[in-house]
Amino acid sequence: MTTETLIWLIPLPPVLAFFVIMLFTNRRKGLSHWLGVGAVGIAWLAAMLVFFRAIGTEGLAEHPFVSAIPWLPTGDTFFRIGVQVDPLSAVTLFFVAWTILMIFIYSIGYHNYGQPAGEHDRPGFPPEGATIKDEKGHTHKVPSVEPMYSRFFALISLFAFAMFLLVLTDNLLILYVGWEIMGLCSYLLIGFWYGKESARAAMIKAFLTTRVGDVFMLLGLAALYSITGTLNYQQILGNPQVLEQLAGSLSPVLGLSWAGLIGILIFIGTVGKSAQFPLHVWLPDAMEGPTPVSAMIHAATMVSAGVYLVIRFFPLISAGWAPGGELTTSMLVMGIIGAFTAIFAATIAVAQNDIKRVLAYSTISQLGYMVAALGVGAYVAAAFHLVTHAFFKALLFLGSGSVIHGMEHGVLHTGEHIDAQNMLNMGGLRKKMPLTFWTFLIGGFALSGFPLVTAGFWSKDEILSGAFSGGQMGVFITLALAALLTAFYTMRQITLTFLGQPRSKAASHAQESRPTMVIPLVILAFFAVTAGWAGIPEQFPGLGGLVPNWFEEFVGSMLRNEHGAEASHSLVPLFTSLAVALGGLLIGWLVYRGVRQARDPLEKALGSLHTLLKNKYYVDELYSLIFIRPSIWLAETFTDKWLDLGLIDGILHAIGRLGLWMGRLLRNVIDLPIVNGAGDAAANGTRGLGAYLRTRQAGRVQLYMVIAVGLLVAAGLLFYLLAGTI
Amino acid sequence: MSGLQIIFILVAAVTLFSALMVVTVRRMMHAALWLVLALFGVAVMFATLQASFFAVIQVLVYIGAIAILIIFSIMLTQRVLETSGEQIIRNWWLPALVALVLFGLLASALSLWRGFGEQLVELPAGVENIPALGKALVDPAGYAIPFEVASVLLLAALIGAIYVAIDRKEKAK
Amino acid sequence: MIPISWYLIVAAALFCIGLFGVFVRKNAVGILMGVELMLNAVNINLIAFWHYHTQVMANPPQISALVYVAIVFIVAAAEVAVGLALVISAYRRRQTVVVDDMNLLKG
Repeated sequence: MTTETLIWLIPLPPVLAFFVIMLFTNRRKGLSHWLGVGAVGIAWLAAMLVFFRAIGTEGLAEHPFVSAIPWLPTGDTFFRIGVQVDPLSAVTLFFVAWTILMIFIYSIGYHNYGQPAGEHDRPGFPPEGATIKDEKGHTHKVPSVEPMYSRFFALISLFAFAMFLLVLTDNLLILYVGWEIMGLCSYLLIGFWYGKESARAAMIKAFLTTRVGDVFMLLGLAALYSITGTLNYQQILGNPQVLEQLAGSLSPVLGLSWAGLIGILIFIGTVGKSAQFPLHVWLPDAMEGPTPVSAMIHAATMVSAGVYLVIRFFPLISAGWAPGGELTTSMLVMGIIGAFTAIFAATIAVAQNDIKRVLAYSTISQLGYMVAALGVGAYVAAAFHLVTHAFFKALLFLGSGSVIHGMEHGVLHTGEHIDAQNMLNMGGLRKKMPLTFWTFLIGGFALSGFPLVTAGFWSKDEILSGAFSGGQMGVFITLALAALLTAFYTMRQITLTFLGQPRSKAASHAQESRPTMVIPLVILAFFAVTAGWAGIPEQFPGLGGLVPNWFEEFVGSMLRNEHGAEASHSLVPLFTSLAVALGGLLIGWLVYRGVRQARDPLEKALGSLHTLLKNKYYVDELYSLIFIRPSIWLAETFTDKWLDLGLIDGILHAIGRLGLWMGRLLRNVIDLPIVNGAGDAAANGTRGLGAYLRTRQAGRVQLYMVIAVGLLVAAGLLFYLLAGTI
Repeated sequence: MSGLQIIFILVAAVTLFSALMVVTVRRMMHAALWLVLALFGVAVMFATLQASFFAVIQVLVYIGAIAILIIFSIMLTQRVLETSGEQIIRNWWLPALVALVLFGLLASALSLWRGFGEQLVELPAGVENIPALGKALVDPAGYAIPFEVASVLLLAALIGAIYVAIDRKEKAK
Repeated sequence: MIPISWYLIVAAALFCIGLFGVFVRKNAVGILMGVELMLNAVNINLIAFWHYHTQVMANPPQISALVYVAIVFIVAAAEVAVGLALVISAYRRRQTVVVDDMNLLKG
């Protein structure tokens, strides 16, 4: 099979699995997960074949694997859709395929496949556990299987399809389609346990917040299409003339060039999808979904898609910029927002107690790193961090899911009423869950950038050195501080969760998770270490050059004309990253090693600052004040109460009352004395008319249509008349 | 005025008149018969435009299939149709006004088009290239995908129609 | 021959008559007939423009409009099939085809 055909085939199995599971195997749990895992397995196999063929191809950046078919006739030409694999999509494909496969396998264990169904479990609520009897007649509480098991696999299969589509497509329109399908899946999966009030709120929040970004992105797409007449990557990004023309022409907004305007609009899409400040608020709440969802959508793949998009559009964003030169407006915006988000989210993560929320803020912070790296022009470093981050963050999320699972087992066993996700209730889990501990440790060290061994060190070091050699000292210092905080909260998490003594009965009865959950952890841990070795800089003292810097060569070839010589490799960023990583880890360990009660020692030390951090700088409250309450007021008070109930119903009531009153009048003054029965009938009739008028408001479709078309015609008339006068 | 123009005016008058009858006449069965006449008028117009293939298709598909289907469904739902009295809503003048204004708008908008006053000339024979049309419908570089999508739509519609119209009470008995 | 404007005016008139039918008919089948008239008006327009286009640029043969007309035919057939099935189903359940009486969604 040719490589091009293979590429077409990658997204297909997951989408087929989605339809088959939805339509046919909804009742058969085992069959559903075999279908899901099998489909993703085939996609994985094809992706690996494509990946290895891609890295074996010389000059892939100039001549990527491309295949396209005509799709939509647009006037004289066709809008063509197709697939494309160049170095960037190849490395993205690699980590996407691996993490998705691992997360699918993990989900089998996470949703307690093979366990009995719980007595009180209902669809839309997390399983509450089942009671079983053993041979001796003792009753035990054990975890029960998820009631909507098949639905879960159907939805994540659809999600996998959208992600593969997004990575493999050769044009922005299909990327946008995949982007939106993922948004839908994210919405459905965050609200997977839709019976919970908090999950419903979180799903709506995520959907609306990302929608804000998406609208701007769509505007960017429309602007790009109307100027260049195409949305194909090669024709826009691979064509210096188009880029020059975009960078040279002035847009009507704020004196930006078209390239700058489109770059910023597309970046706003990324801000929504990758949860950058100020649209970051949805991501922590998205942790309401099941943990594999958090890992897949909100750590490894979907949020990476936003960064993938800006990396992909880096040639446009940086059009008119030369390495070492002055940054373009969009790069400046990205540098500032990225660096700010990195440190902003890192400070919040320090004060969170929910194990998944810490990771959520850490994800926001790390995505901020990548955006900031692009802002300072460190293209390869951003892509590199994207890859390594996907591996270790998926690992950490799955590890935290395993911890929660172990804790829930303990909670069921002891019957204690505590929050199984609160780290202050944990402690000492290292002995109970050794494999989870060791893999989590590797992931945590990779996140904090533990020197030399872990992947996170190499990619983070590259970003720091990129910021340093680019002369962006503000960004450099901010990112270094954020790295210090990262190491600190990671160690805090590890210490609170795994080290020391158990701080609750549940924690002392925790249990290691099942093999389907642990094996993916081990595989991801392998990548969390080795993925970094693909990109060791050549100038690195001692180690550089031992392993060729493959990643730089492979992905760096994407920027053919701007591949300027790297500035001299300074030792300052290297020592900075060593110091912040080790220092942060050490401080974290020192502060938290002796925690005995369920209380954070920082709470006293930092005082009101801690409260501020714990409440996430009150951004949610601020948004609630500025956007949400006014809209609710508009909907509930203004439209519903005043306009609908007050004005419209008031008029109708008034008609009814008027009728009633007139009826009474007639009855009492004229009719009652004269004709008794006739007066009664009139009054009743008018009252009936009032009630009839009131209910008659809805239901006449044709009348609605007449009004709609009538308004349309009126608008057309108006437009026509106006156009005639001008 | 040439003979063709006279024919066109006659056909157009018949078509529009029968269309008016379709939407106003009281008995549904009569409306359906008027519809057949209107559709036939449209077919003749196709023929005057030298689209003879589509004139034939119009007769086959619209009159042969769609109109017959409509007549069938009228007969199936006959009982209430003839007894329910008035077939047009009471306030018919408002929609009539909307439709008239829309017509005025369309006509004046069309008259702004630069080709509005041009005569259509007779095309050389064979310009309605049916083999080319057939090929375009199955050519991947042409319209294969829209055509396939339309086919799937039709299939889905047929299956859906069977599903919707199936009588479940029958099974229960 | 015939000016193109005649066709366009006839098509516009037919379209508006069909729209009027959709608005005023109480009977679901009557509404469907109105929709059919509107679709036919569209087809007249398409064919008229196809003729005009062909005479303006003789080569290569203009196919797009014909494809479009064919697809409108297909859509019309699909619409009638589903619409009539719905009518019959509704008639069976509620013993009426008068849309005003189909008020399940009424507030």
